This record gives sequence, structure tokens and C-alpha cells, in this order.
Amino acid sequence: MIRLFKIKEKQQELSANSNGKPPGKTQSAGELRLQKDISELNLPNACSISFPNGQDDLMNFEVTIRPDEGYYSGGMFTFTFQISSVYPHDAPKVKCKAKVYHPNIDLDGNVCLNILREDWNPILNINTIIYGLYHLFTEPNHEDPLNAKAAKVLRDNPKLFAFNVKRTMAGGYMGQTLFTRCR
Amino acid sequence: MVESRISSSSRSRDLDKLLLRPGNLVGPTFEPGTQLRDDLQEYARILVVGAGGLGCELLKDLALSGFRNLEVIDMDRIEVSNLNRQFLFRLEDVGQPKAEVAAKRVMERVSGVNIVPHFCRIEEKELEFYSEFSIIVLGLDSVEARSYINAVACGFLEYDSNDEPVEETVKPMVDGGTEGFKGHARVILPGMTPCFECTIWLFPPQVKFPLCTLAETPRTAAHCIEYAHLIKWDEVHSGKSFDPDNPEHMQWVYLEAAKRAQLFGIPGVTYSLTQGVVKNIIPAIASTNAIISAACALETLKIASGCSKTLSNYLTYNGVEGLHTKVTEFVKDKDCLVCGPGIFIELETSVTLKMFIDQLEDHPKLLMSGASVRVGGKNLYMAAPPLLEEMTRSNLGLPLFELMDKSPTGVVHVTGTAGKGDKRQSCLRKLRVAFKAVGIADTDMAGGA
Repeated sequence: MIRLFKIKEKQQELSANSNGKPPGKTQSAGELRLQKDISELNLPNACSISFPNGQDDLMNFEVTIRPDEGYYSGGMFTFTFQISSVYPHDAPKVKCKAKVYHPNIDLDGNVCLNILREDWNPILNINTIIYGLYHLFTEPNHEDPLNAKAAKVLRDNPKLFAFNVKRTMAGGYMGQTLFTRCR
Repeated sequence: MVESRISSSSRSRDLDKLLLRPGNLVGPTFEPGTQLRDDLQEYARILVVGAGGLGCELLKDLALSGFRNLEVIDMDRIEVSNLNRQFLFRLEDVGQPKAEVAAKRVMERVSGVNIVPHFCRIEEKELEFYSEFSIIVLGLDSVEARSYINAVACGFLEYDSNDEPVEETVKPMVDGGTEGFKGHARVILPGMTPCFECTIWLFPPQVKFPLCTLAETPRTAAHCIEYAHLIKWDEVHSGKSFDPDNPEHMQWVYLEAAKRAQLFGIPGVTYSLTQGVVKNIIPAIASTNAIISAACALETLKIASGCSKTLSNYLTYNGVEGLHTKVTEFVKDKDCLVCGPGIFIELETSVTLKMFIDQLEDHPKLLMSGASVRVGGKNLYMAAPPLLEEMTRSNLGLPLFELMDKSPTGVVHVTGTAGKGDKRQSCLRKLRVAFKAVGIADTDMAGGA
């Protein structure tokens, strides 16, 4: 099928006059698709993105959300995004950098957002995820708790929940936990 | 006449039946004879990627199929749990690099074969390393590694001015894969048959449980294991990342999972299930590996010798109940970013990045506005978001030729809004750029004169 020995001759030829292309970096399909996602970002005003490793590393970036309504209004929350080389086959890995009092985000920064795990689908994109995260702050949800204590307070005593959110966003201890200042 | 040269006692007796006789099902370039057999031994260089369950089988099969120049690359060391099926390894080899031991064992048993082992990650090798081989055979267990090798092999592919693949640049791949009683073998001739990326949807997405289920309402043993692995680990080991290949880490996750299972009254957490869930492993079956490897080795021999038409192009094997095997001919994605020809554009060396982007708007095959441009891992211009636009804006006035390191030809990826009227939509396209009057590689001119 393949003319093996013609290939052999050709290879010898090529290495002889070494007129081949300069060996560039191999680009993963994930990087290419991500370039598209990033260039099409259409973020809500409350969200911004930054690239700590510069313009050529889009696979690791940070998104900062400043909710303008709801319990978390006035706060500022940064998430790290890690994109796999087989994106969008695999979902991005997203973590919250700060320690935050939130029913759907645990104290280690894990986020319970369906499209990051069980409902991830290659037709979704970075924009959808950022909107999803933003939504978590405007409408925290006590039905899918990662921080069960916070979820219980939100369900049983929304006023206390609002107070706890304000208090933890200012930084300092609540119980045993030191929260990061997020303002 | 030819028959008389086949000695029944010859070591290559069985191979000779394929290589010394003409046939009706042979490939178009097949020239039977002892010359072919000798040339295969002397010139064919085969790389086996992976020296695990499939890799061990592949090395043995290829060596016994008459190939003499084999190389194998694998980053792993031998573990006790490998020994049931990775038959080249013995208990005393535990801890040794798989590639080295596998190469040594096959060379001991099959005289005349030379196998060069490479104990490293596939990404550590230069592209030249991969270009040396006639055929690359994959015995891998991950989508990531396949995708990487596929991108490397497709990177060697060149197209002529009629968008036809240049035969000499086609780097054939034979890909095997197994999962329990199921497996596949496929032949990838970049530019001619679908590449790995054209059909990546064939791989089902990993099953992922919602984190809140793991944290609050575990129902299965797997939920308990994933809780220990994904949530509890971070809680206890702040900052230290979990290493699935570290037995101590795995043991810790197993014990935590068992505690949690007890708390919720869930049965079934075992150490091997823990490994299975965390590493996404399905128990490997030695015979599945043997069958898939045999299919791959045969396809390799067919590609190299032309003694038969190759598999076209994807064989699935299922031995779960009875036995089912089927060959499906998948089709190429003509716009594949990895193996497709892309759109050919010829430019003056003086064209700036800005002029290039403007040209894309008028290009009949593109009609792309607001393009972002990427070359070889560098973002030359990003139209959005504003932060990246600002960081890349200064490139707009520079000649593209210089931004591409004065390479006479190159591949450029552009994204933007393309198409006409109602059909305008955002898209990502591959372009083949050639600069005029700078000794353009002869392949791009082939057939053009």
C-alpha cells in the first residue's frame, strides 16, 4: 500500500539537503479549539479573565467574578482553569482560589457545577462555564451541597446565611475556618 | 518456480507464503520475492508506542513477523499487577523500566531482531525521532497519548497543490486498544483515512459523578472511592497532589473510602476497585490483548509489504458474550484541523499580519472577519478578549513572514466569523501558507507547473 522504499529514498534525500520545515511545536487539538473558545468569549461585565503565563499559554488561566447582585454582591472570586490537551473531550478543571462560604463550593475550592462533571459535553465551551460559575453566585443552591453546613443555613435561615456571607467575605474566622477576604 | 524457493524448514516459512507469491488481494505496489522479504528486514523501521499489555504482545508479534528494526517507547516501570498479562516480565523485573526489559526479552528469544528501548515520555522525544520510522504502532491506554502521537504523525503530512496528500509524507499508524473483553484495531494513513482526531467522538466521555453526590449522598462503592480521591485527599493533604502511581497514596484513598462506605452502609469497596475507579481501569484480559495485537501486527506487515490490502479502516472486537467482530469504514473529516489539507494561501513576504487578516475577509473559501491567528503554538493576534488583543496588537504591523521565523511555508490556524449571509458562523480553520519567491518547498509546486 505504502511505497515503503520510495519513502526510504525520500527520507535520505530530505536529510541530505535538509530543506525540511523547521520542527515546530506539536499543537494539540485541544489548544486549537481553546483558541477559538477564548477569541469568542463574551463575558458578563462582572467577569474578567487573565493569563498568568502570557499570551501563548491559553491552557491555564484565571477568571475573576465580581457578582453585582445577590448574597455575594460586592465580593470578588477568582477561579483557576486547567485545560486538557484533549479538550473539549475532557471538561476543564476549575477550582476556586479563595476559601469561600458557599453551599456549592467546598473549603478546598472544589465546585459543584453539573457542566464541569456529569453534564459536560464537547459542544459546551469556556463561555458557558463562566456563566455557570457566575450563576452560582447570583443563585446559590442548597439542593446540591458541597458545603453542607452552608447549604443548611441557606435553606433554613436565609437571613443568617446572608450575614455569614458578608462576614466571611470580609475575611477572618468563622468557627474553625479562616476565610479569605474577597472584596 | 517461486514455490521451489520456499524451504519448508525455513524460519520464515509462513511469512514466505505471504511475501514470495503473487495473489489477487495484494496491494497495488506489491512485488513478491525474496528481495521484498530481505528489504523488509533491512529497511522497515517500526516504532511501538507503549510496552504494556498490548506493547509486549506487539513486540513479540512484530519480531516473529520478520521485522528486525524495532524500537519501543514507554515511560512506566513494571508493577506486580502487570505480571499476569505482560508476559515478557518476571517477578524480579518489578521496578525496572518496561521498555528496557521488554526489548531485552524479545531479543533473547528471537534471533536477529534488534529492539531499541526508550524509557521516557512520548513528549520528550524530538519530532525527528518519530519521522525516522516507517510505521508507528500504538499500544496505548489513553486518549491523550493517542492524540499526541496522532498530531505528531499528521504533522509530517504535506499536501500538493491539488490538496492531495504527498505520498512520501504519509506516516502510517496502526492503533490497538483493549478494555476488558473488548478491543479495536485500526489503520490510520494520515490524509488518506480518518485520523484519530477525525473520529475522537468514538471514545465515550469518562463517567463523572456530581461532586455534591460524592459529598452528601453517596450510593455506590465508586462514590465512596471518588469522595476519598477527589474531596478528602485535598482536605487532608493541602497542596500535595495525588499521584495515582504511588501505592501509598492509593492505599490512603482505599482506607478513607472504606471508612466512608462503612459510615453509609455501602458494600463493595476493595483495593482493586479503588485502583479501577481512580485510574479509570477496566480489568485487562490477556487474550483480548493477544487478539488485538495480532490484528495490528498483521496490518503493519500489510502496510509495509503490500502483500494484502489493509484493513479499511476500523476493526472492533467484542468477546463479552460469544464473539463479535466487525470492520467499519469511517470517513475523514475534510476540515479536520489535524490531518486535513487546510486552505492554501500564497503571500508576498512583505505582507503584514494586519494585511493578512484583511485578506481573509475577501478570500472566497473563507470570507472570515475579525480573525485571530495562531502559528506553531504562538498566538500572533487574538481579536478578543480585550486583554489578549492588547497583548498581541503590536504584531499587526509586522510582516507575517518574519513572525513565522522566515519559514517558506507553514501551517496557520485562524478563527473568526466566516461564511455568507445567514450562514455566517464562527469557525476555526487551518491554512497552508506559502511565501512567494523564497525557494518554496518543491512539494507545494508539484503538479502545479
